[in-house]
Amino acid sequence: MRLMAEGLSAKRGEDLIFNDISFVLDASEALVVTGPNGSGKSTLLRVLAGLLRPESGHLKLENGPPEIAHPSELSHYLGHRNAMKRELTVAENLSFWRDFMGDSPGGRGATLAEAVEAVGLPDIAHLPFGYLSAGQQRRMAMAKLIVAYRPIWILDEPTAALDAGADRLFADLVKAHLGKGGIVVAATHQPLGLDRMKELHMTGFEHLAGDHWHDA
Amino acid sequence: MSENSLAIRKFSDLANPTRFLALADRLLPWLAGLTALFFVVGLWLSITTEGDYQQGETVRIMYVHVPAAWLSMMCYSVMALAALGTLVWRHPLADVSSRAAAPIGACFTFLALVTGSLWGKPMWGTWWVWDARLTSVFVLFLMYLGLMALNRAIDDPARSSKVSAILVLVGFVNIPIIKFSVEWWNTLHQPASVMRLDGPTIDPEFLWPLIVMAIAFTLLFFTLHVAAMRNEILRRRVTALRRLAARAAGRGARTQ
Amino acid sequence: MMALFFRDLKLSIRAGGGAMIGVLFFMTVVAVIPFGVGPDLNLLSRIGPAILWIGALLASLLGLDRLFQAERDDGSLDLMLMQETPLLFTVFVKCAAHWAATGLPLVIASPLLGLFMNMSEIAIGATMLTLLIGTPAITFIGAVGAAVAVSLPRGGLLVSILVLPLAIPVLIFGVSAVYAVIEDPAPFLPPLMILAAITLFFAVIGPVAAAAALRHASD
Repeated sequence: MRLMAEGLSAKRGEDLIFNDISFVLDASEALVVTGPNGSGKSTLLRVLAGLLRPESGHLKLENGPPEIAHPSELSHYLGHRNAMKRELTVAENLSFWRDFMGDSPGGRGATLAEAVEAVGLPDIAHLPFGYLSAGQQRRMAMAKLIVAYRPIWILDEPTAALDAGADRLFADLVKAHLGKGGIVVAATHQPLGLDRMKELHMTGFEHLAGDHWHDA
Repeated sequence: MSENSLAIRKFSDLANPTRFLALADRLLPWLAGLTALFFVVGLWLSITTEGDYQQGETVRIMYVHVPAAWLSMMCYSVMALAALGTLVWRHPLADVSSRAAAPIGACFTFLALVTGSLWGKPMWGTWWVWDARLTSVFVLFLMYLGLMALNRAIDDPARSSKVSAILVLVGFVNIPIIKFSVEWWNTLHQPASVMRLDGPTIDPEFLWPLIVMAIAFTLLFFTLHVAAMRNEILRRRVTALRRLAARAAGRGARTQ
Repeated sequence: MMALFFRDLKLSIRAGGGAMIGVLFFMTVVAVIPFGVGPDLNLLSRIGPAILWIGALLASLLGLDRLFQAERDDGSLDLMLMQETPLLFTVFVKCAAHWAATGLPLVIASPLLGLFMNMSEIAIGATMLTLLIGTPAITFIGAVGAAVAVSLPRGGLLVSILVLPLAIPVLIFGVSAVYAVIEDPAPFLPPLMILAAITLFFAVIGPVAAAAALRHASD
């Protein structure tokens, strides 16, 4: 499987956020997106997840399942918000997402017990999600990544609320996913300690302002 | 903890939920037994006494309707007292009491409305009229439901207690309106016939079953209320323990 | 898809859920009317069906604004947009769950309120039937408004303003079907059939429009 982006650019409202971003990711490869605040990391990830339409350029998937219309259908997206309901228990939340998402072709999701074990919180799956601390909530949101199988993970600042121990735990999750032939795109400042890692440094709009507006 | 330390020495000791739980455990069987006894006697009296020459058999509905209506108002008064306790003395059990009473009050009010309706159909020829007494009782019912909805909407008792106490006190205005509606306005509903300054105007034939049933209903209320308060305390303890478990799980993982 | 249905049902019943509040609002609105028009039982029984319909209409608008906004606030909407399952189905199931949690209780409560309005048994039955057929349409229309207003900070009032004019046909045919039962010469079946047609129509159009609006609102 190979994920290719060619000449992506995106706007928010009237503002051009980034321009002409291209990369190629093969199976077991990770792309780490870095850059200062406001450089468009989140926007790029939302374009990859199919939540924003790119202004130009396109996203392609090669050697993937034939019936897929957009790579986002094979992707997990972990944004700033956890997509979990405070009123429901952790187990109810996770089993809902597992049933609702289903597995992509070529893999199987973990059971609930395995998933909460993998994020190091096996004892509190029966509690309402709202009772958990911010860090615990983030870890449970990561458990969502493995209850339903998706080959591509798109992660936006996944470790923002986590302490050092949970950081390691997360790095292990990513490594295990890459080891199984997955693709990871993450905006993070945390060193993941990966072998096959590409880096995309985003510079922000100031840099692009000149060429875009004067060309147009 | 020894048995002795659980004993209630002063009234203020009731504020301690543990002591209250111990007291409730000892009290509940007696209360429940007494309630059952009064209900047996009350229902037997209600069924065996003769029917009214005007109203016929339907008069027996009154033995349920009148006590339920009394209790619907008493329950709200208990809640208003508890609300005062929450706001003025910050009594930790006051909020528990107020919260536990609301569903019970709603049930008694509903019972009063339904039995009144059943009596009204053969007597007045309609299920419902919008006269002052009926309407104000219906408003009371809506207030109970509103308070229950409010209590449910705010899941943190520490935050919801003051707010709902204020609402209970504001709503207390309705109680005198219900009580005196039959005297202030000329309504279809008959005026009070038992609780009067110049003595009851009701025939002793009907008075006795009514009084026994009223005592039975009052006892039923206190039984349910104490049991509901116990449940509410236990529910809060479960919530606290779950929050504690969530925090402990975080700490455990960090030391791994 | 059943997972989504049951999750939404659970959410509306859990603490802070809107299922009970809708019925309570319905009862309160209907209880207020006699204070305004006076306790004349003949008058009340004549306007009763209309009052019940308007009360149910307002009550089913309640909480509609949170239909997608709650999902958006915690990021769930993003994940729903990404799935292979057409968004159309997701919206349809969410509407069905919303109706089961808030619309159905209104239908069940309506006979009780019919008694308060001194309506005859047949009028109560007809009102209940028309509400059962008509209220899903209100939910489907409301879903469009909720989807359009999803990214607005105070969409609640706006949803009502957007949806009420569109719901007027439902109200017209619902009420006229009930009056056809009470007043003999008018036929009952045609307005009921039109009401059912409106519901089926919006069951298709509503999710399509709402899904399109949600796609464009996401950014």
